Amino acid sequence: MNSNQLELFEVFIRSQRGLDHKHVGSLHAEDSEQALEYARDVYTRRSEGVSIWVVKSDDICASQEDDAESFYDPSDDKPYRHATYYQLPDEVSGM
Amino acid sequence: MKNSTQQTAVLEYAIRLGDDATVLGHRICEWCSNAPFLEEDLALSNVALDYIGRARLFYGYAAELAGDGRSEDDFAYMRDEREFSNLLIYELPRGDFAYSIVRQVFVDVYSLAFLTKLQQSSDATLSGIAGKAIKETKYHLRRSKDWILRLGDGTQESHDRTQKAVDALWGYTHEMFELDAIEQQLADAGIGVDSTALKADWLVSIKAILQEATLSLPTEEWAVRGGRSGYHTENLGHLLTEMQFLQRSLPGQEW
Repeated sequence: MNSNQLELFEVFIRSQRGLDHKHVGSLHAEDSEQALEYARDVYTRRSEGVSIWVVKSDDICASQEDDAESFYDPSDDKPYRHATYYQLPDEVSGM
Repeated sequence: MKNSTQQTAVLEYAIRLGDDATVLGHRICEWCSNAPFLEEDLALSNVALDYIGRARLFYGYAAELAGDGRSEDDFAYMRDEREFSNLLIYELPRGDFAYSIVRQVFVDVYSLAFLTKLQQSSDATLSGIAGKAIKETKYHLRRSKDWILRLGDGTQESHDRTQKAVDALWGYTHEMFELDAIEQQLADAGIGVDSTALKADWLVSIKAILQEATLSLPTEEWAVRGGRSGYHTENLGHLLTEMQFLQRSLPGQEW
């Protein structure tokens, strides 16, 4: 068997309680159960985590480079979407 | 309070368990850079390191009991084949991947039961080591069981190789459930494990695993024994030659 016959998985690890899972890398495995074990063996051997998610890379729908113009450029000229755009009246405190 | 005969027996016992862990740890290390793919390579190396860590704990305790200046390294690197007392199943060559996995299933099921009992030992150090090791073994078994199911119930070739490994290793499993005078003495004293009592449950678990993996239980009964008394297969000498080479050529060398 070689890794061409295996599926690719993305690995997310939560380093401690209360924090978010973070993407740490990817690996090959036959199915999600095995991917979880390999994630443990490959990415948590120095006590990096308390929880692991694995997701098939194919199941991730990712934005493309081509999308950048229509996705992100339009928000560049909309400063009113940031709270700092607004001047707070003096009466409002505790913000 | 242990008397001196008992202390000698516990020393011997710690060395035996250290030998088991060292020899199997070394065998699994041989997969490093040779496993079927990268992820499995790392996973196997982790298992190997668990065993080396376990060996250090047992040898460290033996060194403490011996109290004659010998260190854990002396036990691992400066003893000869006849002085090693590991069970034979641990020293057999790694074989193909199926062979290593089947051995691992056999010894993981055994170790889980053994360590569970050793945790109840009246010897606090042995009990402590068992408590630490049992967590690792639970994971080892999860892996090895997972793999034997994939291989047994996989392709025709993986099935055949796995069945061949089961048949080839079968005769080496009986020794795990035998006691010599020292082990009997320690079992009676509540320090060691009465491994003869573990066999029935082991067989039930193994039968279930083999069945699920579409493999058959060997019907041919044969048994090889001798590891505990220093009578080894020809494989151990080769293993020690490689493992001990550096300390033998450059005694006391550190890095």
